Amino acid sequence: MSRTHVNCEVNGDAVDFLTEDGESLLNALRDELGLIGAKEGCGTGDCGACSVIMDGRLQCACLIFAPEADGAAITTCEGLASADELHPLQQCFLEGAALQCGICTPGFLIAAKALLDENPDPTETEVRYALAGNLCRCTGYDKIVRSVLEAAVQIRTPA
Amino acid sequence: MSTTEAPPSTGTNGNGTSGYRWVGTRPVRHDGLDKVAGKARYAADLNLPGMLYGHILRSPHPHARIVSIDTSAAEAMPGVKAVVTGADFPEAPPKGATRNLMCTVIARDKVLYSGHAVAAVAASTRREAKAAAEAIEVTYELLPHVLNISDAMADDAPVLHDKLFTRGVEPRPTEPSNIAARTVYERGDVEQGFAEADIVIEREFSTQAVHQGYIEPHACVVDCDQEGKAVIWASSQGHFKVRSATAEVLGWDTSRIKVIPAEIGGGFGGKTTIYIEPVAALLSTKAGRPVKIVMSREDVFRATGPAPGAIIKMKVGARNDGTITTAKAWLAYENGAFQGMAAMLGCMCVVSAYTLDHLYVEGFDVVLNRPVNVAYRAPSAPAAAFAMDSVVDEIAERVGMDPLDLRIQNCPSQGDPTPYGPKWPMIGLRECLEAIRDSDHYQSELPEGQGRGVASGFWFNIGEASSATVNLNENGTATVITGSPDIGGSRASMALMAAEELGLDVHLIQPVVGDTEVVGFTDVTEGSRATFATGMAVVEACRDLKEQLRKRAAKTWDCDMEEVEWVDGSAVHGPGEQEPLTLAAITGNAKRTGGPLGATASLNARGAGPAFSVQVADVSVDQETGRVTVERYTTAQDAGTAIHPSYVEGQMQGGVVQGIGWALNEEYIYSDDGNLENPGFLDYRIPVASDLPMIETCIVEVPNPSHPYGVRGVGEVGIVPPLPVMANAIADATGVRISDLPLSPPRVLAALTAADS
Repeated sequence: MSRTHVNCEVNGDAVDFLTEDGESLLNALRDELGLIGAKEGCGTGDCGACSVIMDGRLQCACLIFAPEADGAAITTCEGLASADELHPLQQCFLEGAALQCGICTPGFLIAAKALLDENPDPTETEVRYALAGNLCRCTGYDKIVRSVLEAAVQIRTPA
Repeated sequence: MSTTEAPPSTGTNGNGTSGYRWVGTRPVRHDGLDKVAGKARYAADLNLPGMLYGHILRSPHPHARIVSIDTSAAEAMPGVKAVVTGADFPEAPPKGATRNLMCTVIARDKVLYSGHAVAAVAASTRREAKAAAEAIEVTYELLPHVLNISDAMADDAPVLHDKLFTRGVEPRPTEPSNIAARTVYERGDVEQGFAEADIVIEREFSTQAVHQGYIEPHACVVDCDQEGKAVIWASSQGHFKVRSATAEVLGWDTSRIKVIPAEIGGGFGGKTTIYIEPVAALLSTKAGRPVKIVMSREDVFRATGPAPGAIIKMKVGARNDGTITTAKAWLAYENGAFQGMAAMLGCMCVVSAYTLDHLYVEGFDVVLNRPVNVAYRAPSAPAAAFAMDSVVDEIAERVGMDPLDLRIQNCPSQGDPTPYGPKWPMIGLRECLEAIRDSDHYQSELPEGQGRGVASGFWFNIGEASSATVNLNENGTATVITGSPDIGGSRASMALMAAEELGLDVHLIQPVVGDTEVVGFTDVTEGSRATFATGMAVVEACRDLKEQLRKRAAKTWDCDMEEVEWVDGSAVHGPGEQEPLTLAAITGNAKRTGGPLGATASLNARGAGPAFSVQVADVSVDQETGRVTVERYTTAQDAGTAIHPSYVEGQMQGGVVQGIGWALNEEYIYSDDGNLENPGFLDYRIPVASDLPMIETCIVEVPNPSHPYGVRGVGEVGIVPPLPVMANAIADATGVRISDLPLSPPRVLAALTAADS
């Protein structure tokens, strides 16, 4: 089967990979680039565990064909932290105990970042609706919502 | 790793009286950074050189005889390296638990549910494996199937197993049936109880099968070598169980298998068994290459879990003063394709939150053409509580009592008999009832148009076998190795208990989940047992270490060991003639005083503390659509002692929300031809963030005297009350009582419409 050469930017780095036409961006990220943060929970865009930000939009990587990523800029969970500092969302998730098993956590962090990029001061209801495409079966969402609200405060008012 | 400062603590956040330095604080979990950075490795995240992908072919029929399987076309396809069918596995015994496990992993003569594994392929790519699996030709002879309890119990029902004779019936039946077992618990004389009652309420309830719904599908990587050894990377609640069960299915000696626990992406009971590991092991053996199998979400729904649906008939008598005099219960639980013990557990739980002089509880475990049921958080208890606590609510209404006061009046205390025999040890049901009664939520006025419901729930909790090894490192840090997979933060709890024992900063302790060859045997993380039982092993190993540390100090000081005390992480000379020696000073000098320090403890934990939860919710009901909105929710739960209160709250909140999903939306929907119609998260709708309010928590701490820190275990009981809480709140809001789950918009709307006309 012929393979397509895809050039894109992932977490600020120019990368390229070969992929089969029907392959998902999720499998390309995980198998070709070794970025395992995005998870496959359903493969049908229902759980959000594979959330990435592609050209500024929140997407389920399992619903995007890998060749569609050609020329795109993609942010995954691995791209949130700097060398010496976690993203405030990551820090707030840790301190707020917003994860239990952790399988959904990368997707929630990305979805929350997409929200805060658009709306730095969301209400609780806005947070809940922005995260409604991400399933968590462990936490009941309480500590996730609180942690996102706390991160929003920290991002708005840097120490 | 950045961490929060441990707040100065005089005790846990529950009652503030326990006086611990570390237990009850909320440090950042030790495995947290990897999980927020996307580095944590779950089973599907592992890739090995030369690894193949496995794909399992599943039955499209709910009940059929396998006439033949032709794999020749599949074997000739590109990339295919190995194909296996049931014939490649050892022969299954004619009946019993081993047969059930073996036939769950792969069907033999018959398929018993749509989704039953029939054959498998290993190939170079996922697509090649899938294409080849679909090219396997299976000839089936279709058999009549049964999908619900009533049909399966009927006299003329198609029988799944020709060697299944009902247990618990005298004389033992001579004809096989789908009723695997009958269970009875009784005390006193229920007829006398009903005669003493002023009111008797009799109702019938039904609940539907629901899935555990962990977000991570089952996954494993298995690498078998030419000497017959296998290494398994597994996502499971117990890697020792993966080892023993895989060995059982393959007829291998367990010593051939090493299981490395990957991070686990949720289990809730659903990953206490195996499905794919033996298949991957045989494929790997045949191909001589590592094999990865990752289930699709559809396969997870069709072939794993779920928790059973049930039919429960309740008859309860009470006096006008609110005293419940008696209860009679008839319970039938689905078991799925193979026999389980769902009804037995339901029988044990159904009236456990009440003191009864007279009771008669009879339960039936029923097999049918659905995937075999697996544990789901306090298995069987939610449906039982739905029945009993719905009726209790009606009694409170009829006698004009506050529903919490009525429950307090009838609640058991230490020394009272349990419905299933032994006496209650120290329990915290009354304290939970009082905590909800006194909560800000319950004391607040109910907003106009809403309804309020309360209910209680019980779960046993268990002990079982656990092992821990604690090694002190030369720089004064400690490594705590246990055999309990960490599903929801238990590593942090292990570190906190070790910190408390050793007097060591919790951040200087690294908790690790060890594989089957580096730590002693440990049972599955189930029954809310990890922090309780494995925690006991950690504490025991640390106490051994404290003895060793005192000996080393005594040797250094050339004094009697009895003169050395261990205080706040240092050896202190009782007579005061020596400067204290810190743990780091002793470990740094360990080679001169006898060598490195480490200790191991293995135990079979006794004295698990029963768990209770009491919850209250306010709901509103849309009269036009039947949609129920949860406006406010508060849960109280007896944790014994909260080791890490944030993760205790997390367990409480998570359990509540799973229960809300069970109550309001979730259900397995089968077509008449026996196929699951909603095998995905779009149509099997679990709660999302916008469905819910914050879940307010009240940690109650009635210490379990059998645990060194009073731990009961908190993982499960939170899922029990939400089913009746929702039903009772809806009844309060609408005046209509619904006894069939789920309380989904169509059902609620139909009930409202029926009540109107």
